[in-house]
Formats: sequence, C-alpha cells, structure tokens
Amino acid sequence: MKLLALDTSEQAMSVAVMEDATLLAETTLNRRMKDHSEQLLPTIESLLAASGLGADDIDRFVVAAGPGSYTGLRIAVTTAKTFASTLHKELVGVSSLAALAAGERHTSELIVALMDARRGNVFAGGYQWTDDGRLKTVIADRHLALTEVLAQIAALGQLTVFTGPDALSMRETIVEQLGSLARFADPVSALPRASRLGALGRVAAPVADIDAFVPRYLRLTEAETTWLKTHQETGHEPYVEKV
Amino acid sequence: MAERELILAFESSCDETSVAVIENGETILSNIIATQINSHKRFGGVVPEVASRHHVEQITECIDLAMAEAEVTFDELTAVAVTYGPGLVGSLLIGVTAAKVVAFAHHLPLIPVNHLAGHIYAARFVKPLVYPLLALVVSGGHTELVTVSAPGEFAIIGDTRDDAAGEAYDKIGRVLGISYPAGKQVDAMAHQGKDTFDFPRAMDQEDNLDFSFSGLKSAFINTVHHADQLGQTLDKNDLAASFQAAVTDVLTHKTIKALQQYPVQQLIVAGGVAANQGLKEKLTAALAEAFPNVDVIVPPLRLTGDNAAMIGAAAHIELAKGHFADATLNAVPGLDLPQASEA
Repeated sequence: MKLLALDTSEQAMSVAVMEDATLLAETTLNRRMKDHSEQLLPTIESLLAASGLGADDIDRFVVAAGPGSYTGLRIAVTTAKTFASTLHKELVGVSSLAALAAGERHTSELIVALMDARRGNVFAGGYQWTDDGRLKTVIADRHLALTEVLAQIAALGQLTVFTGPDALSMRETIVEQLGSLARFADPVSALPRASRLGALGRVAAPVADIDAFVPRYLRLTEAETTWLKTHQETGHEPYVEKV
Repeated sequence: MAERELILAFESSCDETSVAVIENGETILSNIIATQINSHKRFGGVVPEVASRHHVEQITECIDLAMAEAEVTFDELTAVAVTYGPGLVGSLLIGVTAAKVVAFAHHLPLIPVNHLAGHIYAARFVKPLVYPLLALVVSGGHTELVTVSAPGEFAIIGDTRDDAAGEAYDKIGRVLGISYPAGKQVDAMAHQGKDTFDFPRAMDQEDNLDFSFSGLKSAFINTVHHADQLGQTLDKNDLAASFQAAVTDVLTHKTIKALQQYPVQQLIVAGGVAANQGLKEKLTAALAEAFPNVDVIVPPLRLTGDNAAMIGAAAHIELAKGHFADATLNAVPGLDLPQASEA
C-alpha cells in the first residue's frame, strides 16, 4: 500500500510518501518561511515526483487531524479529503498528538505530547507503546490548563516523556511540578514527522464518510461558547443548507 | 462538434461554500450553494472561525454534487477556477486548497479569480456582454463602480470610503431588531413606509464617484436612540423607507454620474444588494429618463449572492487570456480590482 502522510498542525510542516512501512521520501520544514497554504502542495508534488509516483498511485491519504492551529489543520485536512474524495482513495485521520508521541519510538514509558493552546492552556494526549508495537492511548487528547494535566500525570506517579516543540519550552513548569518523573524528548525527535504519522495511519481504519470528515479542534469557537451560555443547541434549523 | 470547455469553479470567500460546472463560460451545468446563514444568525453576523469550520465540512460534498449534477467526469474538465480574494482569509483558504488539489490530482490548469470580477460576470448568464460596460457592485462587503473596457479588463472608478452598502443594512437592521442578514426585510419594510426622516446623502453632491455610508448609519442610530430616550416610538417602516431612500439615492446618482463620464451600452448591477427591489426600481426609473439606451442587467437572485457559477464565468475570460496560477497560490484577503489610475 502506498500512502501520503501530511501534517500542518502547528508551525512545522511535514509530508511523507511511504510504501507500506518503508519511507520513500519525506520533507520536514520547521522554519516557517511561507504559509502552509503556499508550501504544502508544492512539497507534495516534489515528493511524489521524487518517489516516481503520481497522485493517483497513492492508495491512502493520512492526515494529522488535530488538535493544533485551526487554520493549519484545515489546510491539511482539506488537502487530504479532496485528494481522497476526488481520486476515490482511502482517508485516515490520526491525532496530531499521537503523531508527535510516535516520534519517541524507543521507550516503554508514558509519552505525553503537548501543544501550547495559549493562556496557560495546552492540548495534551498521553500514549504508550505496547509490546506488540501499537501506540496505545493512555490519556485521551484534551484541552486543559497545563497545571491540570501535570496534576493528572503526577497522580499516575510514573516516569513520563514529554514531547512536541512546545513541551520543550514548558520544561520549567513541568519539572517544577513533576520533578524527576519528567523526561524530555530531544529537540529533533520532538518535531512532527510525517513518516511517524504515516506509520500510525497505515494500521488505522480508514474513515467511512470522507465528506463529513473535519479537523478535531477539541475546542468550540469563542462565539459558540458565548452563545451556548444563553441558548440551547437543540431543535434548530440546519446550520448549513444547500439552496 | 467543437469540444466543450468545462470549468469546475470554487467560491468560499465568506459564508457560502459553492462549487459549479460551467460550459463555454455561458451555461450553468451545476451551481451547488451551501449557505451558512442559519449558523451565523446566532451571532448577528458572520463569525470567521465558524465560517471556516463549515467550509471544511461542506467542500468535498459540494464537489461531488456539482460533478454529479453536471454529469461530467474529471477527465472531461478543461480547467479548475477559484476565488482567491477578496474575502475572509480562513474561508478563502478552503476553496483555494481544494481547487489546487483538484487541479494537481486531475492534471488541470488552475485559474485564480477575483471575487468582484465574478460578481460582474454573473451578468454573462443573462446575456452576452457588450464592451465597454459599467458595473455597480453592491454587497455586504463592497460598494464599487467598475468599468470593464474589454473582457476581463477592470478599473475601479468609485469606491466606498467606509462601510459597504450591505453592511449598513445589516447594522441598521440590528437597531430595528431584524436578524442577520437584514437587507431583504428592510427592503420589504421600506415599501410599507415613507421617507420622512430625511437622512443625509453623504458625498452625493461631490464631484467624485465615491460613497460613504457610515454617516447615514450613525444618523439612523442616533435618531432611534434619541427617540428612545424621549420615550417616543418611531414608525419602523418609515425608518426603513428613509434609510433605503438615502442609500438608493446616492447609489443611483453616482451611477448616473459615472454613465455621463463613461459612455456604455450596458450597466451591470452586481452583488447581493442587487436583489434590493428599491434599488432596482429607482435605478431603472432614473436610467429610463437619463439613459434610455443603456441596458440594465441585473442577474437573477441566485446569481447575485455569492456562488461559484459566476466565478466560472469570469474564469472563462481568464482562460482565454492564459492567466493561470501554480500550486503556490494563496488566499489574498485584501485583493482588489485595479484602480482607474493604475489601469
């Protein structure tokens, strides 16, 4: 099975072309010189060309589906679902945090991937490799205060490896709360790598309804949150209608 | 038999996700429009992040429906076209991203289209265009007078200095307790009332072709608030009629002035506010007197609002000129047509 994996969840962009478990080509850009919108498709084009493949040769499109930057998620998800839908191929969405955690391949400890969600909040997910090489979810992806997620991890009382570019910049707070229980990924392993994403996506089930596939934002918009304080979500007209 | 030119067009600049298939720049084979109005009504206006989220959930289904209704395959397409600005950046990006992928995946040229050019070319579905022509583009985001000297050759000769006309309708609509978007209901109320308040006609007497609606909006709001403080109730229909009279007077006068300076055979009234009955009536009556030989083209309702068919019509012109984009195409939220001085 040939697959294309893509991740523009945060500042870094990563794209990989794989044949089963073998990586054919990969690009990771971490210095953001251009918008993801300008550089994602050109990168896909050049990696496919370098792999001697056309878009139609890809059997499965694997996308980092969130959480992350809203605009970044939408660019990768729209790209992946448009490829899959119009070429009649498979689509797989993988947690962007699981993809980060998968960068720490050689540990049996709990791996916690973090993304800065601003105002003291993070997106966090806890993962662990099983003996048979699957990445198991220990703490489901969530949006919460950094101090809160650290309290949850402290309660588990086990060695934890923190990963993700943002986790490294939160080192001080993490160590303050967890002390010697906290370990950190090295800065290279902490970057999102589409090959790791692809490896997870290769063994995941494809989405049944490609049209309905959307990013996992893990957070309502501010407008909706405010509106819900005084309104009920039930019994309304469809929010979007074909006219 | 001549080969069919088939353009798959995308439009997602604001709160409508639309995909269309256009044959030879003049026939609509499909024009799927998914509108988010019910969602944004909750907030009294378009919330950009909510709009972007809806676009992602709609985009591939709209492509499927457009292709199925047109009964064409990707192999039969000639090109892909997309609105790349002006508009909300997050919204634009969904159409731009999807259009780029379809173009690459199916080996098709990609045509970038200016949203305003699209609004003007909606008129092509009414009848063939005769150049040079003049267009009045009025919508929630735009109020512009544009000359089109030849196919695809645009120059802005008049623009709003502040609010767009449609934006002013939404803002005063809120004061009248009308839910977003307010244009249609204000128009209906205006037909029940009289112009009794004599609101200001900003810039009406000035020599230029520019517009300003923020003073009118403030005068309207002040009038209502002042009455509220005195415990008076004003006739809402008269308020609507007075507001609409001020807007349509200025739009009509400036359009007449433009026609005096730029002789043309056709005037296109484009954009969402083109559906306004009051504007249509006043403009038609004024032109019948001052320019009986100018043909006024107002596209049907479905084509005056945002839709991808109009983008396909504008793309047909760009295709003939060989104006293509590559995979680096990005959304340009502040994109405009050239000013007359630059053209």
